[in-house]
Amino acid sequence: MSSDVLVTVDGVSRRFCRSLKRSLWYGIGDIVSELNPFSARPREVALRPDEFWAVRNVSFELRAGDCLGLIGPNGAGKTTLLKMLTGLIKPDTGQIAIRGRVGALIALGAGFNPLLTGRDNIYVNGSVLGIPKAAIDRQLEEIVDFADIREFIDTPVQNYSSGMQVRLGFSIAVKLIKPDVLILDEVIAVGDEAFRSKCYQVVGDMLRRCAVVFVSHSMPMIYRLSTQVMVLANGEAVFSGDPARGIESYIRSVDASDQIARRSLGTGEATIHRFSVLNEHGETTRECQYAQPFRLSMDLTVSPAFAEYDISITFMSRAQELVAQCHSGANRYRCRHSGERHRVEIAFDAQLLNPGRYWINVAVFDQSATRHLCWELAVTSFNVIGTFVGNAPVQLLGSWKSTPVTMNGQTPTAEPWAAQPKALP
Amino acid sequence: MKSQTTDLPVTIYTPESPLRRPALFVRAMIADVAASRELAWRLFIRDLTAQYRNSVLGYVWVFVPPVVASLPFIYLNSAGVLRVSDTPIPYAAYAVIGTIIWQTFVEALNSPLKSAGAARAMLTRINFPREAILMSGLMQVAFSFLVRLALLMAVFAAFGLTPAKTAPLFLLGMLIVALAGFTIGVLVTPVGLLYGDVQLGLPIASTFLMLLTPVLYPVPTSGLAATVTRLNPLAPLVTTTRDWLTTGSSAHVAAFVLVSTVTVILLPLGWVAYRVALPHLIARLGN
Repeated sequence: MSSDVLVTVDGVSRRFCRSLKRSLWYGIGDIVSELNPFSARPREVALRPDEFWAVRNVSFELRAGDCLGLIGPNGAGKTTLLKMLTGLIKPDTGQIAIRGRVGALIALGAGFNPLLTGRDNIYVNGSVLGIPKAAIDRQLEEIVDFADIREFIDTPVQNYSSGMQVRLGFSIAVKLIKPDVLILDEVIAVGDEAFRSKCYQVVGDMLRRCAVVFVSHSMPMIYRLSTQVMVLANGEAVFSGDPARGIESYIRSVDASDQIARRSLGTGEATIHRFSVLNEHGETTRECQYAQPFRLSMDLTVSPAFAEYDISITFMSRAQELVAQCHSGANRYRCRHSGERHRVEIAFDAQLLNPGRYWINVAVFDQSATRHLCWELAVTSFNVIGTFVGNAPVQLLGSWKSTPVTMNGQTPTAEPWAAQPKALP
Repeated sequence: MKSQTTDLPVTIYTPESPLRRPALFVRAMIADVAASRELAWRLFIRDLTAQYRNSVLGYVWVFVPPVVASLPFIYLNSAGVLRVSDTPIPYAAYAVIGTIIWQTFVEALNSPLKSAGAARAMLTRINFPREAILMSGLMQVAFSFLVRLALLMAVFAAFGLTPAKTAPLFLLGMLIVALAGFTIGVLVTPVGLLYGDVQLGLPIASTFLMLLTPVLYPVPTSGLAATVTRLNPLAPLVTTTRDWLTTGSSAHVAAFVLVSTVTVILLPLGWVAYRVALPHLIARLGN
């Protein structure tokens, strides 16, 4: 392990068992074989019945200032890997070497006793983290202020709201631990907006000093904090490298497992037979490049009772929030038809959604916009791929320029606008 | 940055059994005991203050078990239903002293599994010196005993008894009684954390054992009971400890020394097993 490397994970695997009865029995077997001085550990570790690889042959190396974002669907092995890094469970194969002190922001407030006051729990929690009493004394005021629970500090923790408990746990952890290696499991997104922004700040400070392993399901957060990304799927690292490409790989990999059920509502006076997303060349696709043109195309039949109608397309995020809309009426277009099956197409200059997966809802209205002739939810989905992942669902494209300005607000030189980017490199 | 990081200690996790490097293992054990003293104390204080915080009677509950456990026998004996052969001191005092010794054994026996079970959420989420859990449990056992010592003094005063000259040895006896229970408790903890059977079985086993051990009656001299008592390793612990306090002469000191020696050998082995087992237990216990 070279001297500036803080974390080395080398070919680490870990088995897990589906059946509880068997799992307990294997546990006993593992303990006995470790205690038995004559047992030789087999070189090849094989799966026993009912077992699977929770983590399989994972390797990486981190130096101070590195932040590894671990992403993957639930059950991909992220938490198991973190537990091995903190030394809670042993790897079945491979080796983990960690230089320096490990701080884990995983279980905030584990060890809190609900009957004791916040103040008592600060001392207990601090001792659990290995902090001497004198050091806790020094930091006590800061912890209380950071958690913003001064008036409740002598109230039993069972009377705290869940947000207050998490805030206290987080404050204890960040104020008392001075780690060299920091392990974060989905903990930054705790508390209200104001507290979250404080969290970002302290974690940001820690990021610069430590080697960090960081698990999150929030792609904007992964993109913002990580210097490298590892995508886990069924325990294996299917991608390892640049954050934007890692997020792209993750978005693609969860494609099959990640579904929002399609639902049909409305009066049934219109039917959508086919709906597809097309790329700039007019080919059907499930993937759009950010900032590139794309098209939507649908074949539908509408009852002859409605000679003219409107279509509303909404784009829905994974969290089932509507993030963008396109309405024929607002675009000054009125759909007409002869009662036969026909095709409607919409062309867009640029795909402006933040990289991620989106679902499309389609509503067909009558002229009065009161009757849903057809309302298809999650009619199809597609991925937006890009080299930048932002925090907001829509990433507008702008033209930029900067100009010197005098004291009275005049701009003496005329700077040209930068050409509007058609796509990022 | 470079010069700073080179000084940092390196921790290595491998699939290998830690017992393959005994020197490192023992050093880690000692380091963890040193590191867990403050935490153990804090956990002990936490549990102690929290334990009776939501009860009206509070610390009275420490006295209740030995009194209640001996009352039926005192009653049966005085009512003549159950005739216990002559005891060197009044039977009621004899029974209360016996149950105090026994309760300490039982509490020490249950302590490791109880503490580890209660700390499960912490164990599966935070890496801290795990000895602290066992130590805080032992502190609780010691605390309960010290409180009961007051009960013991009250019993002596009530019956106008004076402790024998060997009474200081009684404390040594209690230490061995507690360590014997604790050792068995530590040895069953790895299995007990995985399988609920141990936790369900322990109280039943200890009630049964209490009746087989001369806690509420003197050592039988003849018949099956005498044989059982002779084979029961707990018998010399209880009787010798009580004799040291009451009469000053015990016929079972040799057996006491033997059982103490076995305890002192088994305790570190149980501790080693606990340390080796924990990562596997945590893996099986889940979140």
